[in-house]
Amino acid sequence: MTRDGYDTTHPLTLPSYRRDDVDAHPPLLSPGYKSTVIRAPHQPLVYLPQRLTEVTGPLLGEGRLGEFDHDLTRQHDGEPQGQRIIVHGRVLDGDGRAVPHTLVEIWQANAAGRYRHILDNWPAPLDPHFTGVGRTLTDERGRYEFITVQPGAYPWRNHDNAWRPAHIHFSLFGRAFTQRLVTQMYFPGDPLFFQDPVLNSVRDEQARQRLIARYDHATTRPEWALAYEFDIVLRGRDETPFEDEDDDE
Amino acid sequence: MSERLGVTPAQTVGPYLHIGLPWPDGPYAVPEGTPGACWIRGQIVDGTGAPVVDALVESWQADPDGRFDHPDDPRGARPSTVPGFRGFARTETDGQGWYGLLTVKPGPLPTPEGETEAPHLTLSVFARGLLHRLVTRVYFPDEATANAADPVLRGVDPDRRDTLLASPAPDGYRFDIRLQGEHETVFFAV
Repeated sequence: MTRDGYDTTHPLTLPSYRRDDVDAHPPLLSPGYKSTVIRAPHQPLVYLPQRLTEVTGPLLGEGRLGEFDHDLTRQHDGEPQGQRIIVHGRVLDGDGRAVPHTLVEIWQANAAGRYRHILDNWPAPLDPHFTGVGRTLTDERGRYEFITVQPGAYPWRNHDNAWRPAHIHFSLFGRAFTQRLVTQMYFPGDPLFFQDPVLNSVRDEQARQRLIARYDHATTRPEWALAYEFDIVLRGRDETPFEDEDDDE
Repeated sequence: MSERLGVTPAQTVGPYLHIGLPWPDGPYAVPEGTPGACWIRGQIVDGTGAPVVDALVESWQADPDGRFDHPDDPRGARPSTVPGFRGFARTETDGQGWYGLLTVKPGPLPTPEGETEAPHLTLSVFARGLLHRLVTRVYFPDEATANAADPVLRGVDPDRRDTLLASPAPDGYRFDIRLQGEHETVFFAV
């Protein structure tokens, strides 16, 4: 019997994504980060089998990108204040395979630590030449690159004299709903790490280190910009008959 | 095959996601004016009952024929017969904690076990105070028979199943999300 041109008598074999280790992500309730106390669910998460809706996902990006979306220093008539930096890396899956042609979105504070957002009104200056939003697609080898300025740290009211370490927000889709990830990239050696409950909500030290970019002198451009490398790893797949197509190494 | 790598941990979107994530066409999984399109709207509230005014909701779903335009669907990628169908919506909550997205009802889906999943959307919820996204599903109130046979719904505590069920609304459906506490929405580990 066929329906819509496919054989419905043939068993449906789906790819399957490995479930994350318990300590791979922060626990939803992390009381040091106060907002989690009234927003984290009390009930345990219910196991959801990965079926068609979960192993597919939006393949976005083509047609959504403007010429300067990847270069946050060229989105206005003048250049923003601050240290110019290149932030680049690869989007990989848990088996080290490139995730090609996937949308990467970033947003960040300006060099003074202020977001161009109506609710951010601490006394640091806005920069008329900086919006703080970028988008790009990875190439066929999973590589991405942004040009931006080093974001500043900023205060928040989570605890006494609380400061967020400098960070850049990243949003990634991968190729399946199971791979969707929103995270933050931090800078190496930041003295504010010790008191930041967001970074430290990741309990496993090795996992926490994966949120910290590497200073990358080889990618700096002399007399122009410093550089940081930040690879992002999305979930890998269990072995399936569909493993062949995107292995580029 | 290369070495196995640890995944990058999730972090909260924080309070300023609005500068980066909303898109002008975000709420439209189908274009305005699509025949049979419906709005799915709802309010997100926290454990104190207060509206969550800084959340982002994303949806993903099959088209009305139960197909995906995606290479990992073993039945084959197939562009939807609904013109402009994207299957994906992204919508931020307003000052009262309400989100809304325009879509068409998806079709039922086959499972590897030979069962049939009832029409559903899957949602991701992001917000300040959520260190990782929350995943839930929207089922439809006018699909009682299909819902009763749905393997995911059948795996949920019967007392909590109704948190996954939208209710009828004048221009579509209403699906509220309670992050914590009484009538807490069922959230999934994917």
